[in-house]
Amino acid sequence: MLQGSARPTEYLVPADVAEATAMKAAGALVLAGGTDVYPAHVGRGFAEPVVDITGLEELRGVDVLDGAYRIGALTRWADVAAAALPACFDGFRAAAREIGAVQVQNAGTIGGNLCTASPAADGIPNLLALDASVELASPTGRRVLPVASFLTGYRSTTLAGDELLTAVIVPRDREDARSAFLKLGLRRYLVISVVMVAAVVTVDDAGLIDEARVAVGACAPVAQRLPQLEDELRGTPIDAAAERVRPAHLGGLSPIDDVRASADYRRHAAVTLVRRVLDACAVSP
Amino acid sequence: MTVVRFELNGARVDADASARRLSAFLREDLGLTATKVGCDAGDCGACTVLVDDEPVAACMTAVGQLDGKRVETLEGLDAGGEIDALQRSFLHHGAAQCGICTPGMLVAACGLLRSDPAPAEPRVQDALAGVLCRCTGYRKIIEAVVAAPTFEEVLPNPPSGKAVGHRLPRVDGAAKLGGREIFGDDGAPEGALLVRVVRSPHHRARFAFGDLEGFVARTPGVEAVFTAADVPGRNRFGVIPAMADQPVFAEAETRFRGEAVAMVVGEADAVAALDLTEVPITWEELRPIMSVDAARAEGAPRLHPDREGNVLIRGQVRRGDLDAAFAASDMVIEAEYSTPFLEHAYIEPEAGFARRVGDRVEVQVTTQSPHMDREELEAIIGLPPGGVRILPTSVGGGFGSKLDLSVQPYIALATWHLARPARITYTRPESMMSTTKRHPAAMRVKIGATRDGRLTAMDFFGRFDTGAYASWGPTVANRVPVHAGGPYVYEAYLARSEAVHTNAPPAGAFRGFGVPQSTIASEGLLDELADALGIDALELRVRNALTAGAPTVTGQVFHGGVGYVDCLEALRSHRKQARADAAVANAEGGRFRRGVGLAGMWYGCGNTSLPNPSTIKVGLRPDGRIVLFQGAVDMGQGPNTVMTQICADAVGVSVGDIVLVGADTDSTPDAGKSSASRQTFVSGNATLLASTGLRADLLALADASEDATLELAPGRLAVHDRGQVAEIDLATLAVDADGLVSVHRATFDPPTSPLDEDGQGEPYAQFGYGAHLAEVEVDTELGTVRVLRVVAAHDVGRAVNPTLIEGQVEGGVAQGIGMALMEAYVPGRTENLHDYLIPTIGDVPEVLTILIESNDPLGPYGAKGIGEHAVVPTAPAILSAVRDAIGAPVRHVPATPDLVLAAIAAGKEALA
Repeated sequence: MLQGSARPTEYLVPADVAEATAMKAAGALVLAGGTDVYPAHVGRGFAEPVVDITGLEELRGVDVLDGAYRIGALTRWADVAAAALPACFDGFRAAAREIGAVQVQNAGTIGGNLCTASPAADGIPNLLALDASVELASPTGRRVLPVASFLTGYRSTTLAGDELLTAVIVPRDREDARSAFLKLGLRRYLVISVVMVAAVVTVDDAGLIDEARVAVGACAPVAQRLPQLEDELRGTPIDAAAERVRPAHLGGLSPIDDVRASADYRRHAAVTLVRRVLDACAVSP
Repeated sequence: MTVVRFELNGARVDADASARRLSAFLREDLGLTATKVGCDAGDCGACTVLVDDEPVAACMTAVGQLDGKRVETLEGLDAGGEIDALQRSFLHHGAAQCGICTPGMLVAACGLLRSDPAPAEPRVQDALAGVLCRCTGYRKIIEAVVAAPTFEEVLPNPPSGKAVGHRLPRVDGAAKLGGREIFGDDGAPEGALLVRVVRSPHHRARFAFGDLEGFVARTPGVEAVFTAADVPGRNRFGVIPAMADQPVFAEAETRFRGEAVAMVVGEADAVAALDLTEVPITWEELRPIMSVDAARAEGAPRLHPDREGNVLIRGQVRRGDLDAAFAASDMVIEAEYSTPFLEHAYIEPEAGFARRVGDRVEVQVTTQSPHMDREELEAIIGLPPGGVRILPTSVGGGFGSKLDLSVQPYIALATWHLARPARITYTRPESMMSTTKRHPAAMRVKIGATRDGRLTAMDFFGRFDTGAYASWGPTVANRVPVHAGGPYVYEAYLARSEAVHTNAPPAGAFRGFGVPQSTIASEGLLDELADALGIDALELRVRNALTAGAPTVTGQVFHGGVGYVDCLEALRSHRKQARADAAVANAEGGRFRRGVGLAGMWYGCGNTSLPNPSTIKVGLRPDGRIVLFQGAVDMGQGPNTVMTQICADAVGVSVGDIVLVGADTDSTPDAGKSSASRQTFVSGNATLLASTGLRADLLALADASEDATLELAPGRLAVHDRGQVAEIDLATLAVDADGLVSVHRATFDPPTSPLDEDGQGEPYAQFGYGAHLAEVEVDTELGTVRVLRVVAAHDVGRAVNPTLIEGQVEGGVAQGIGMALMEAYVPGRTENLHDYLIPTIGDVPEVLTILIESNDPLGPYGAKGIGEHAVVPTAPAILSAVRDAIGAPVRHVPATPDLVLAAIAAGKEALA
């Protein structure tokens, strides 16, 4: 199919992050895995120069630091699925296997998932449940802020025009936490989520919940944690966690009607999936 | 510009580092067209290639990202290794139909086999999940990949006279598996002008052009912008000539979003890069009519001034005294059903190329109907008959939508005006917004019965949203009333249909012409009736089934080839087992409920009460090969193979002796359109007649008896008869203009009669019958439905090629699953393959196909059509199973989780 990109688009390859941020600041479109950029350009060319950051090796891979895991923004879903990561990442790795199919998992990056900031981004509920932060680089330096603060609305973030998302930082304080992820879509593969839910739960030796972090996606412009539920679950036996979940705990969500499902259905399904994700944590080792 | 250097299929490639899609680079710059493009958005996987052994979508990979990488496409894999066994296994298992997804499937499978040399089914599903297929239903693909590592079997061709009934691998399979088939976007001559169509962004709008000449003058590379003013002939087209109403370019007002108003033609690179919103047009959005109710409302504006109440056409079939029959019924039951627009979603978007040859235009295009295309293009350009030549390319899926014109007028007009080759390929959104859809239906059905389960009367009314233009709306309106009752005997019957215009894309032909919709209603209500009567749903159907000698609702009587009861009986033991399994599972309680459902169908092969002849020509070449001029377009459903098998047996030679000449309106006789499940029946009969005639001519050469056997060798025909051998040196015989020493041509037109005003008559010369059993599991907390197994019994008359028929059935089942559970086209909203969902490899369960051979009196060797039949009963069988599982009916498709949950809630309320 002849289309779109035939007129030479200015194609920029930065030598380092600093150069990349400068190119972006000058108006270039950032290209990484391409799984959002190309679908957004069906039948049309690029209006702006393209800065391809996939050569920036420092943005790739998982580093274990003293207090945190640092996951490079260019880490692909296939890399996440294959990475040797502790139990608290089980839900995140499950999401990595549910994003698109292998072709997308071999290209799409966690940085792209965050920067596109779709309400249905499968990676984001897990990152919220992991209390993850993002590292943003600009010509003037770097800043780190929680994912929850980074995401500001429907496909919008606090990323400044001269900033590049360079890494996701996950604290190492809950490595042994149980975690799980559940996704509801209208077909088995290659599907945009109707609802998805992630949980990271620490349980003491008596089987009581020390801390539960639960996040719901595709039910609001931005995936949401459920703070009231999380508070109530503290000290609850993990086996009984699911039955504590009430619709009111999800009252902060604001799902919409669309071609995939009604808002009412999303609300209902989210409650069910939150219960199930807690059940899944109850049976995990 | 910097250069990237990478390895491509073992050779070094230097390329400019750029954001150019790898798929475009391979296809356009290197001419490596085995890598297909279906969406440019990572949704279909047709462009899958291996980069460092990992499958990726070439449409989302920048050429600039390949430095130092190793890239492999199907062309590079062709040499040996895993791919060789995969290709042989695919061919043997019938895993390639149209062939457009095949390269992507093979590449993904090859990647899998490198990491797992003997994968089991779940791994195959995970590995191939990123590639969509709309033809096969995936099952044969899975079988082929699982079998590939140990695949050795290569069956020899069947002996002479034994081709019909043989599982002959498709005769055009090797090219599909090698990625060498030329599809609509694969063969454009170098330097062809590119055509892009400017379309209405609104469902309904008035528009005016600005300074188009100025736009052309100031835009480098653009040769011309053409509009309605540039159509030399008739600016109207439509598959039913008397109803032709669709303009090539709208003239003042557009009637649907995506309707063409102009086209830009120029040098490919320049036109490809254009932002089409720069073409100077002012739009005035008008209030559209977006539903049938709005279209039929008092005072609604008319889309077409001569169509009162926005009604395109009505159809009806009336038999017996309906009121009396209902009055005499012990039970009368009534319900309403509805279905949405559905998209064909073939993986190949519309594409083609054209060139001007003197005062003629040659168009190579993906099409199901070359001769209809020729006639319509001649009228549009204003050329005499023969002024246009259509050479169909391979068709990457059609399912009815490629019966209508799409790209043809644009490339034909461009090349006509500019005298240079011109090409076009629709983007996926353009394809989805501008081509035909399955009609949405709103149906009300009422059925009466006696206490002991004899059907007395049916009253059906269906309103069909036919969109902005006629297309095949009249065909749906006529076919539905004949079929709406299903293959049952009623004392009295009334079925009425109404096709209504709205500002939606034209609804046209889609596998079944309205019958899949009406069958959801009639079979759904039969299930409810069975329960209300306390009679088993299978028994109720058997008791009332149409049999040989009984009149149909149009008063037609068939004396043979009525195998509906056999189809139902074939399901009996499977149903018993499935119900026992479901009962065991359900006894465990929990949130999952299993259910077992059933639905039947019938479907008339060929046009409804209209002539639809096929002509086939068969000849003998001096080199000793039989040449079959086979003009029935093969879009994967198999006429190339089926006609070869019929020809071989009728002439009395081996399939290996036969050479095919494909459709070409200059040289191949008109075999009619590939639609209405007519090719095996109609063209099959023409093939049988022509081949039988050729055999008689060849026997006459040797003055041999009918029992003689023929033996062909290079340059020689030997006729063995009663112990004697007559040797004929073919070089001594005169050849005709086609270079043939003997030739026979025959036409078959199915015997039908017109329907009277009550719809009485003989609309079809042959019906196929079938019944499906579906087993489902419903998650009663979420409302999700998983189909566990489908058993599909079909009366195919005689199975000319069981593997091909199974492929049709499995593909039909997959489309039925889509219709039942996930598919809905919303104009302006689902114009891509991630918002419009079709089943993936993980959504189609095991399908057991049972072939019933009723030996149709009129079928070639007893054979019937099957293409559309297979899709008809799947959705109603799934809905029946869901109802069995949850105890409440879902009467709207798709039965998405929210509707299923609502049905569960309504069912509980009804009990309370």
